[in-house]
Amino acid sequence: MDVLQRIDQIVKTNPVVIFMKGTPQLPQCGFSMRAAQALQSCGKPFAHVNVLMDQEIFQNLPQYANWPTFPQVYINGELIGGCDITLELFQKGELQKLVNTVAVNA
Amino acid sequence: MTLQQTIETKLADQLQPQHLQVINESANHNVPPGSESHFKVVVVSDDFTDKPLLARHRLVNQILAQELQHTIHALALHTYTAQEWREKHANSPISPPCLGGSKG
Repeated sequence: MDVLQRIDQIVKTNPVVIFMKGTPQLPQCGFSMRAAQALQSCGKPFAHVNVLMDQEIFQNLPQYANWPTFPQVYINGELIGGCDITLELFQKGELQKLVNTVAVNA
Repeated sequence: MTLQQTIETKLADQLQPQHLQVINESANHNVPPGSESHFKVVVVSDDFTDKPLLARHRLVNQILAQELQHTIHALALHTYTAQEWREKHANSPISPPCLGGSKG
């Protein structure tokens, strides 16, 4: 399986997943930290991929969804955005709704 | 031209913003003094009207694609239409009009 297929599988099999630098417990970038905190505040479980531990994903994820930066949040197989969008959606209460929708379906 | 100026020029040319702030935040990060690695952009443009956040960010990312690939390490993006910007800053009142007193 090539790396883009591997990324696709992660995105499609996890209702909520964040590709980030570090982990939610030990983030290694302020933007990744904030996005992961917003997801945690939604109160539902979510998957994470530490891109610093997987060079292949680190190098190819920007190409997967034509999005140049980390973190990247995917809900229900679709790119939601990076840190700024995730936070703005959270502040509007929309992130919680999105997460709840897929959590109910899961 | 500095990277900051390049970002400002490209966004000003392509988005005709009513308001544009490009802030070099590199000094807050673990990079040598004078670096141009971390930027924050606040841009108000009617090109964002009826576009969801994802599309707005894609538009900016596309304008800065070359810089994002080679030189920008982090780019915080805050995109607004003129109307959203006015609503967001409703607490900063519009200054009163001139009533001609100085012509006395």
